[in-house]
Amino acid sequence: MSEMKIVSGNYAAAYGSKLSRAEVVAAYPITPQTEVVEKIAQLVAEGEMDAEFIKVESEHSAMAASIAASNAGARAFTATSAHGLALMHELLMWASGARLPVVMTNINRAMGPPWSVWADHHDTLAQKGTGQLQFFCENNQEVLDSVIMAYKICEDEEIMLPAMIVEDAFILSHTKEPVEIYDQELVDDFLPSYDPDYKLDVDQPLGFGSLGMPDWYMDFRYKIFEAMEKVPEKVEEVNQEFKEVFGRDPGGLIEEYKTDGVDVLIVTMGSISSTSKDVIDELREEGHNIGLARLRTFRPFPVEKFRELIKGVNVVGVLDRNYTFGHGGDAAREIKDAIYGHHEPIVKDYIVGLGGRDLTPKILKNIMEDAIALQDKGLDKEIEWVDLKVNQKRWRR
Amino acid sequence: MADIPEKELMRKGTTACPGCGAAHAMRYVLKAVGEESIINIPACCWAVIPGVYPSRNLDIPLLYTAFETTGASSSGVRAALNAKDVDPREVTVVGFAGDGGTADIGIQAFSGCVERGTDTIQIMYDNEAYMNTGIQRSGETPYGAWTTTTPVGSEKEWKKQPKKNMMEIANAHGIPYAATVSVGHPELMIEKIKKAKEIPGPKFIHIYAPCPTGWRSDPSNTIELCKLAVDSCVFPLYEIENGEYNIYKKPKDKVPVKEYLKLQGRFRHLPGEEVEKIQKNVDREWELLLEKEKFTKRENEE
Repeated sequence: MSEMKIVSGNYAAAYGSKLSRAEVVAAYPITPQTEVVEKIAQLVAEGEMDAEFIKVESEHSAMAASIAASNAGARAFTATSAHGLALMHELLMWASGARLPVVMTNINRAMGPPWSVWADHHDTLAQKGTGQLQFFCENNQEVLDSVIMAYKICEDEEIMLPAMIVEDAFILSHTKEPVEIYDQELVDDFLPSYDPDYKLDVDQPLGFGSLGMPDWYMDFRYKIFEAMEKVPEKVEEVNQEFKEVFGRDPGGLIEEYKTDGVDVLIVTMGSISSTSKDVIDELREEGHNIGLARLRTFRPFPVEKFRELIKGVNVVGVLDRNYTFGHGGDAAREIKDAIYGHHEPIVKDYIVGLGGRDLTPKILKNIMEDAIALQDKGLDKEIEWVDLKVNQKRWRR
Repeated sequence: MADIPEKELMRKGTTACPGCGAAHAMRYVLKAVGEESIINIPACCWAVIPGVYPSRNLDIPLLYTAFETTGASSSGVRAALNAKDVDPREVTVVGFAGDGGTADIGIQAFSGCVERGTDTIQIMYDNEAYMNTGIQRSGETPYGAWTTTTPVGSEKEWKKQPKKNMMEIANAHGIPYAATVSVGHPELMIEKIKKAKEIPGPKFIHIYAPCPTGWRSDPSNTIELCKLAVDSCVFPLYEIENGEYNIYKKPKDKVPVKEYLKLQGRFRHLPGEEVEKIQKNVDREWELLLEKEKFTKRENEE
C-alpha cells in the first residue's frame, strides 16, 4: 500500500533509492546532503532496504565505487552536493564515457569561497558538459519520482547514461512536505531489475574502458551523442508512463504553467518555481498575458520544446540561480542557443538568489513586471543581477 | 614452495618494454588468483600493456579505472558481488596499481578500501617511479635515484627523500595480511598471493618489479636485479599476518648494496659517501625488520 509521509527532500531521495531497489550505495557526507546518507544507512540497518552501503572516504571514491558496482551489474546510487560534486568531476565523465546508468542526487549548494551551504545551481550547471542527464526538481515528491524515473530512462539500452536528480539546498533538502511513498510492487512493475548485457563477469571475461586510439575514440563519442539525442523523447515517454501508473505528472522536459498564447514567458528551475507560479497567477489576474515554463530537464537541453514554446512570445524572462563567469546565466544562454535562427523574442537574463539569497514574492513580481515592460521599451540589459546590496531598493520596493 | 600453475591468463603479445618487471608481475598474479577473479587497473603502464581497443591480452574480466580510484573501484566491484551473493572466496577482486597509483595519488582510496575491511587483494607493482609517463619521481622512488624530475646536473638534484614504506602504512590499518614479493622469485610470489586469496578481508601485496627503461638497466638483468635486491636486503621478502612479521627469504650472505646499485644507470652519479649512506640505511632497516619479526613472534608465542 502506498502511504503519505511528511519527509524532507533528502529523505525523499533516500526513499526513491529504496523504492528503486538500488543494490549498491556509495556515499560520503556533506552538508546539506547528510540526511540522504543517514536515512539510507538507517534503512539498510533496519533491514528495510537490501543494499550494500559503502561508506567511502571521499566523493571521488563515492562515484568511483558506484561506477565499478554498476560495471559489475548492480544498480548504483549516490548523493552529494557542491564541493563533493566538484570533486567527482572526473568520474562524472567516466560514468557517461563508460555508459553506466548510475543515478545520483545532488543537493544544489553554492561553491566557496566564501563558504556557503545555501541554494545555488552553479555546482550542478558547472557539470553540464559531463554527459550526465540533469533533472531539476521543484518539490520533494518530484525528487522521489525523479529518482525512480531516472533509472528507467538511464537503463534503457538505447540510452545507458548516468543522471543527476537535483534539489535546492535547505529549501527542499531540509523542508518537510507530504510525499507519497509508493507501494513497492507498483514500482517493481514500473522499473524492472537492472540486468545489463555486458558486465564484469568471470564467465564472460570482458575488458571495460581500455585505451582507444584516434581511429576509435571519436566513434565512441558519437555513440554517446546518438544516445543523448534520444533522451528527450524517452523522458516524455517515461513521464507519460509514470503518470499512468502513479497518477502524477512530474513535468517531463519542461513543465508548462499557463503558457498558451502568452506574450511574456518566465523561465525558472527548481524550488523558486512554486512561488513564481503564485506570482504568475497574480499578474494574470491583473490582466497580464504571462506564463511560466519550468525547465525540468537541463541535460539534454530541450531545444525542440523551447522552439515550440517561444512561438509568438514577445519577451522571455529567465531566472538564473547561477552564473558562469565570462559567459552568463546558464539557462538564458542555452535558451538563446536553442532559439537562434527561429522566432527570436527579447531574452533577458535575471541573476537571482545566489548562495541562498531569498526570493520573495515581491522580488519575483518586480522581475516579472520588468520583463512585461520590456515589450514596450525594448531590452535594456541582457543580464541583470537582482537584489544586490546596491540595487535592493529597486527590487524590494 | 608452490608450483607455478600452467594455465596462462596473459596471452603473448604485450606492449611492455623488453625486460619489464611489471609484465612478469601480472603474469604471476593471474596464475596465482586464477580465472575466478575480477581485476581493476588504473592509469599506469598496465593501462597500456594489455593492448589497445579492440585487442586485449588478458583472459580475465578487467575494469580500467581512473588513476586515483583503485581502492574505491575494488570496493564497488566487491559490493556488487556481495549484492549478488557471490562469496569473496569464490570470486577474488584484485586491484592492480603501480606505485604512484597506490602510494601517491591512490593512497586515499587504498586507505579507505583497507580501513573498511573490504575483501580484496590490493596489489602495488612497484617500479619505483611514474614510468608510464616517462620516469618521473614517485613516493616510492628510492633515495639517490635519478629520474626526469630529480635530474642530476651540476646541482645534483637526485631524489633526496627515502622510499615510502607502504607495508608499514598497510599494517598501520590493522590489515589481516600484507606481503612483499618479487618477480625474481615467482614460486614464492605465487605462494604468497595464493595465501592472500584465502584470507578474508583486505590484503596488500607489494611487488618488486624492475623497469629497465626507467632504471637505466640492461633488460637482461631484470631477474638478476630482483635477486640482488633481496640478497642485499634492499627489498626484503617478508609477510605480516595479523601483525606478526615473518621474513620468508633471508639471505645467507648479505651482498653489499653497491653490487645492486651498480647495475642501474639511475644511481651512476652517486659518490662513494652517498653509497655508504644508502648501505647504512639498508642495514638499519634490515636490523629493524629482524627485531620486528623477533618481537611479534615472541609476543604471539607468549
